[in-house]
Amino acid sequence: MEALALTELEREALWLSLRVSFWAVAASLPVGIACAWLLARRDFPGKVLVDGLIHMPLVLPPVVTGYILLVTLGRRGVVGQALWEWFGVQIVFTWKAAAIAAAVMAFPLMVRAIRLSMEGVDRGLEAAARTLGASPLRVFVTVTLPLVAPGVLAGVILAFARSLSEFGATITFASNIPGETRTLPLALYTATQVPGGDAAAFRLCVISAVLAMAALVASEVLARRMQKRLKG
Amino acid sequence: MLDVSVQRRQGAFAVDAAFSSPAAGVTALFGRSGSGKTSVINMIAGLARPDAGRIALNGTPLFDSARRIDLPMEARRVGYVFQDGRLFPHMTVRANLTYGMRLVPAAQRVIGFDAVVGMLGIEPLLDRRPAKLSGGEKQRVAIGRALLTSPRLLLMDEPLAALDETRKGEVLPFVAGLPKEFAIPIVYVSHSLDEILKLADTLVLMNAGTAVAAGPVEDVVGRLHLSGALDAAEAGAVLTTVVEEHDAAHHLTLLRFPGGRIAVQRMDQPAGAQVRVRIRASEVGIALEPPRHSSFQNVFPARIVELAPPRDGQVDIRLDAAGAAVWARITSRACETMALEPGLIVHALVKSVALTRADVGRHSPVRADGEVHAP
Repeated sequence: MEALALTELEREALWLSLRVSFWAVAASLPVGIACAWLLARRDFPGKVLVDGLIHMPLVLPPVVTGYILLVTLGRRGVVGQALWEWFGVQIVFTWKAAAIAAAVMAFPLMVRAIRLSMEGVDRGLEAAARTLGASPLRVFVTVTLPLVAPGVLAGVILAFARSLSEFGATITFASNIPGETRTLPLALYTATQVPGGDAAAFRLCVISAVLAMAALVASEVLARRMQKRLKG
Repeated sequence: MLDVSVQRRQGAFAVDAAFSSPAAGVTALFGRSGSGKTSVINMIAGLARPDAGRIALNGTPLFDSARRIDLPMEARRVGYVFQDGRLFPHMTVRANLTYGMRLVPAAQRVIGFDAVVGMLGIEPLLDRRPAKLSGGEKQRVAIGRALLTSPRLLLMDEPLAALDETRKGEVLPFVAGLPKEFAIPIVYVSHSLDEILKLADTLVLMNAGTAVAAGPVEDVVGRLHLSGALDAAEAGAVLTTVVEEHDAAHHLTLLRFPGGRIAVQRMDQPAGAQVRVRIRASEVGIALEPPRHSSFQNVFPARIVELAPPRDGQVDIRLDAAGAAVWARITSRACETMALEPGLIVHALVKSVALTRADVGRHSPVRADGEVHAP
C-alpha cells in the first residue's frame, strides 16, 4: 500500500497540472465560443487569416509557439514590459505562464469542436425563436448554446486533455520551476534526466494515464446524459 | 388590414408583390412552389429584408424603405408557423409553448395558455419532448406556441404540407377554428387549392414573384382558370350558397345560390347557414334546352360569357348564372355541334358538387378589397 501513495513531489505536479489546465480552459472558453461563432456564422474580410492564426499552434512546433509567447509576454516583450511597468505583473516563469501556454496550444482544438457543432445547429430554430420575440442575444443563450452544449463539452474535454499534456511551449515560455511551472509532463521529463529516475518516471506515466482515462470517461458520461436530454 | 408592397431580388429570382388583406379572417397566398409565397411572408415577419417597399399592419408600418423603418422581428408581434414545426428539441412541449409567451408584457397577453392548450387538445403532451411527438402533434404545438405570443397577425407557411392525409385531417380543423376562437388575422401560404377553399376568405394568387390577383376566394378562383396557375383537373368554380332545406327522404340538402338551387348529399347544417361548394369544370355539362328526362338533378340556366381556346379536344366555357361564375368543360366537337358562342343562354347540368367549407361567414364577415396591383 505504501507504494500506491503519492509522494510530495508527485502530488505537487498533479495538483499544478490540474490547476493550470483548469484555468487554461476556463479562461479561454468564452473566447473560444466567440471565435467558433464568428467562424461558423459570420463572413468578414480576413476570415481566412483569423482562421489560420487560431490554428497556427496546431501546426507550429510547440517550441516556436512558446518562444513567440516569451518574446511578447516576457519581461522585455511588447506586452510583458507594459504589464510589468504599469501593473507590476510578471507572467513569465509563473504558473500563469504555464496556463497561457496550455491555453494557446489547446485553443484550436476547442474552437474546432465548438465550431463544428455550431455549424450543425438548425438555423431555422434560431429564426423561429426570433419570430417568438427573442432578441439575438436571447436566442444565442436559450437556443444556440443549449444545442451546441455537446460540442462545447467535447471542446472543453479535448482542450483540458491537451493542456494536461502540454510540454514544449510550457518549458520554453514558463520554464521548469518546481511547484510553479513543473507540471506532470515536465516532472516526467525531469525524472528521465537524472540517473536512476526510471521508477519515478514510470509512476508519473501511470498518473498521467489514469488522469487522461478519467477525463475520457467523464466526457462520455456527460455526453450521453446530454444526448438523452435532447432526444427526450 | 395588412398592406404589403415589396421588392426583393435574391439571385436570379425577383419578388415584386403588392396586395392588401382584410383585418380579419384567413388570407391565402396561393401559387405554385417557387412563386415567391414564402419570400413574401418572410418579409412580413422580418426574416428577410425587402430591397424596397412598405409593409404595414393596421396602418402601423413594420417596414418602410422610404421612411427608413425596419422594425426588428421581436417588435413586430407577428406569429409564424413553419412548415417543419421547428420546435426546440431541448425543451418540453410546455417550455416550447411558453417560450414566446413569457417575452410578451403581461398587459399585451390576450391569449391564455389554458385556452390554447384546450383548443388544440395538447394537454396530454405538455411534459413530453418534441422528439416523442407525431407530425400532427408537433404542428399543433407549433401553432399553439405562435398563438401564445398574442400576435397581431399569424403567418402560416404550408403548415400541413409535411403531413400525410390522415395527419392533415387531424390538424386542419384546428387551423379552421383559429379565426373564430382567437380573432387573429391569418396569412396562410399553400399550394393546395383544396386547403385554401376549406380555410380562406381572401385569396392572393402568386405567380413568378408577383401577386397577379387578389380578392374574395370565390371571385379569384373563378378567374384562376385561365391564369395557368391551376392544373386542368383543379379548374372550376367556387360558390357560396345558403342551406335552404333538407330532404330527409332522399338524403339530400338543398342549397340556394343566386343562379338557382343545387342538391347535395345531406349535411348537418341548419337552414340559413352559409356553405362553400366547389364545382369542378369537368363535372358540368351544357344543354341548349332544359332536359326533361335526365338523371342530372342540378340544372340551372346560365349565359355563356366566354370560350377558352380548345385544349386536347376540350373546351372550357365560362358561364354566368345570375352573377355566379360557373365553368363547364365539354368536348370541342360538342361545342361545334351546338354552335355555342358568348351571349347564348344555355342550361348548366351539374353532376356532382363538392362541399369545401361548412361555416362560411360565421365569424366576423370579411370584406376583402384586395385588388390587383399588376406591376
